[in-house]
Amino acid sequence: MDEQNMQERNKYSIIVPTYNERLNIALIVYLIFKHLREVDFEIIIVDDGSPDGTQDVVKQLQQVYGEDCILLRARPKKLGLGTAYIHGLKHASGNFVVIMDADLSHHPKYLPSFIKKQIDTGASIVTGTRYVKGGGVHGWNLMRKLTSRGANVLAQTLLWPGVSDLTGSFRLYRKSVLEDVISSCVSKGYVFQMEMIVRASRKGYHIEEVPITFVDRLFGSSKLGGSEIVEYLKGLVYLLVTT
Amino acid sequence: MKHIVKIMTLLVAIAAFWIGLLQMSVIPSSHTWLLPLYLIVSLGCYGLLMVGVGLMQFPTCPQEALLLQQDIVEAREFLKQRGVDVGSD
Ligand SMILES: Nc1nc2c(ncn2[C@@H]2O[C@H](COP(=O)(O)OP(=O)(O)OP(=O)(O)O)[C@@H](O)[C@H]2O)c(=O)[nH]1
Ligand SMILES: [Mg+2]
Repeated sequence: MDEQNMQERNKYSIIVPTYNERLNIALIVYLIFKHLREVDFEIIIVDDGSPDGTQDVVKQLQQVYGEDCILLRARPKKLGLGTAYIHGLKHASGNFVVIMDADLSHHPKYLPSFIKKQIDTGASIVTGTRYVKGGGVHGWNLMRKLTSRGANVLAQTLLWPGVSDLTGSFRLYRKSVLEDVISSCVSKGYVFQMEMIVRASRKGYHIEEVPITFVDRLFGSSKLGGSEIVEYLKGLVYLLVTT
Repeated sequence: MKHIVKIMTLLVAIAAFWIGLLQMSVIPSSHTWLLPLYLIVSLGCYGLLMVGVGLMQFPTCPQEALLLQQDIVEAREFLKQRGVDVGSD
């Protein structure tokens, strides 16, 4: 089967979890439509009852782009990111699923390179990495860079995961693979992203990487917080003994 | 096999090798006694070096922030025309 045919049959469900992202969600939807032209896709927005009116904006976007391309699958209250993916996944009709943040730190212009990488290599997972040539981060202070590097070296030395960027969450999955991996993950926050990729790697799924750049959020505020480092270390130990 | 088991196996193998060295005393045992210490210190140095190098070569992308700004202006323009509420500023 030639590449053209493959591409015509593939459908990509882009799951975007949101919590108070009314401005970002409109921008990201525009950018997704701008950069994904020749592919069949749907955007599944999982909003956890954002008080800022994110859902009103999504409804306006549905008027512009059509309700079959933008699906709003809301939940009544903030139930966390991990379950938001599972919820979105239930409504996905594509054979591939993309997971990305709504805060514009994941730019939709990289979607074609994820798709191309998957088609070229037949991988089950394509994960975006900030730590290779062509990738990068903008807007982090020294402290953030230091913790990021430290966390990465620690995880690489202890877990041997086979991917360079463990905590990034811009990824493309074969739908069946995501369903399989996500059902065995229990962590929250950053550790969740790490658990997903480590478990996938242990299960022997073919994982490929593409470089992405990461621009820290401009609008809205960060929802992960508190004792992140402690949580991270706990997560690391958890993964050491369970995977 | 759980990953911790792999790491333990590795550690046990290293320990066995060390005990072997101690007993055969191919090198002076005063040196052999210090080997684990060297190992730990060099592991620590490796870690610090990796973090340091990683920090120095941390890939940054200031131009991406500018491109994103342009994208945002473009998106706002388009969306505003079509009646999507994209804020005022
Ligand atoms: N549905 C849902 N979405 C969430 C929840 N928490 C966070 N999100 C969304 O998940 C994405 C990532 O959250 P962020 O707050 O940006 O987390 P982060 O990227 O680690 O933190 P920043 O450095 O501030 O960007 C964003 O699109 C959020 O809107 C939640 O509880 N439910
Ligand atoms: Mg973010």
